[in-house]
Amino acid sequence: MTNTLHRFGPAESFRDDYVVFAIASKGRNDEGALDKLRGFLELAVRFNPVNLGDAIHGGALRPSKEMNPAAHWKRDAAPDFEAVIRGLDAPTTVAAVFDNRVAAEDFVTALKDADLGLSINISTSIDGAEQCCFAAGIQRHSVGYSLGFEGDTSKLPDANVMLLSTMCGHGMVSHGLAKKMIDWVKEGRRTPEQAAGCLTRFCSCGVFNPSRAARVLRQAARGEPQ
Amino acid sequence: MKINPDKCVACGNCTYVCPMGAIYIDPAIHRAAINRNECVECYACFNGLSQEHLNPVFVRTVRKIFQMARVRFDPEPDVCPTAAFEPEELAWPRVVRRAFSDPRVPHESTGVHGRGTEEVKTNDVSGRVKAGEAGFTIEFGRPGVGVWFRDIQKMCHALARAGVAFEKKNPVTSLMTDVATGTIREDILGEKVLSAIVEIKVPAERAEEVIRLVREMEKEIDTVVALGVGARCDENGDENTIAPVLEKLGYKLERAKTNIGLGRITNAAAPRAPEKSEESVSAK
Repeated sequence: MTNTLHRFGPAESFRDDYVVFAIASKGRNDEGALDKLRGFLELAVRFNPVNLGDAIHGGALRPSKEMNPAAHWKRDAAPDFEAVIRGLDAPTTVAAVFDNRVAAEDFVTALKDADLGLSINISTSIDGAEQCCFAAGIQRHSVGYSLGFEGDTSKLPDANVMLLSTMCGHGMVSHGLAKKMIDWVKEGRRTPEQAAGCLTRFCSCGVFNPSRAARVLRQAARGEPQ
Repeated sequence: MKINPDKCVACGNCTYVCPMGAIYIDPAIHRAAINRNECVECYACFNGLSQEHLNPVFVRTVRKIFQMARVRFDPEPDVCPTAAFEPEELAWPRVVRRAFSDPRVPHESTGVHGRGTEEVKTNDVSGRVKAGEAGFTIEFGRPGVGVWFRDIQKMCHALARAGVAFEKKNPVTSLMTDVATGTIREDILGEKVLSAIVEIKVPAERAEEVIRLVREMEKEIDTVVALGVGARCDENGDENTIAPVLEKLGYKLERAKTNIGLGRITNAAAPRAPEKSEESVSAK
């Protein structure tokens, strides 16, 4: 699962995008991992994440299977972190997303102290992750570089759409919906935050960053460079 | 996936949310329809859209009145008002589409959700990529393009000819009938998936050769490729083996996934130091 690796954009565009996730390795440290993964999520909430999730049930903002029609006029767009923690019922990858480096640094430091024994990864700019490690007094163990998108790139949409759609590395946020949301913000039919919430609900593992998405949508609607 | 024509009101919301762009309003029946050849069974429509359970006749009537009056109702864009999507029982080989496209379905071969791979994310406990090695993830089809297994096989054949080792615990490898040649079972070559990852590992001195080979093969396949390279850092947390190779090849290294080494082997019966032969299967 390279679900957070290939986010589109230059390093500077990840200034408000820090994904920290925990994973147990099958057969090596997955026994008793459920409580540790839950501990990761509970710890993350203390540092004001913008999203939280697990790879089975999704993120902190989810679609509803029984939506009340009144939601068309008043939609609940508040992330439900407690639902994510309560819903975790099997070992899987869990993630917390932060929109500032200080929060990510503090969380990584707390993880080091918590000593959960799970593999912890930071997915962001290379410099951003190094700064988090430095702040926590940790040496990097391994690094997985993203070399970006190659091959028949003529099939890919414009940069603003890519910035949004690649934040769900499982590909659940379509180019079509990302483009539609940019257009709707441009037309004033939705606020950047409302449009970002709509995109966030499609992410199936909670790594989509609604805060960065709102910024991208706002700048795209104004025609500003990202 | 199916759309129930008795429920669908042709609101068009779903046409935007399909990652493959495979849903459209069929003018002949005035209902949403799915291009089954392009659908990868990712379930983004079923899982991602919120569902109301409104009466379809009522909704169609209201929509018709609004259309006649040229009034635009501005509903939420991520809602299916009549819960018209209905999952269907998938048979082999179509079920492969869902296994590789719906991240909520774990791969049977690895037990891992998503793309089914651990890469360097667990390298601190698996030791999969050691110092002096380069672990490649060659991902096809993402974002939003998709890939046919026949195209993946072209890349696998080329890699096998170069004598690289395929990761054993990988969903694509598990579908090979002949790992020595990179041949994938024939009955799935005509299946399209949202994304699939081939994992290989080579000595660091072969990294440049592999990247040049992948770039060359990219010209022969009908999709996009996202290349990732995993490497072990030294005792100071620095990585000065693979990064210089990548920069020499013109890559500007912007983003990475960084394993910060907090993992420990805690299972009572877990292997302490995995053997190389357990991790990968060599073509030669």
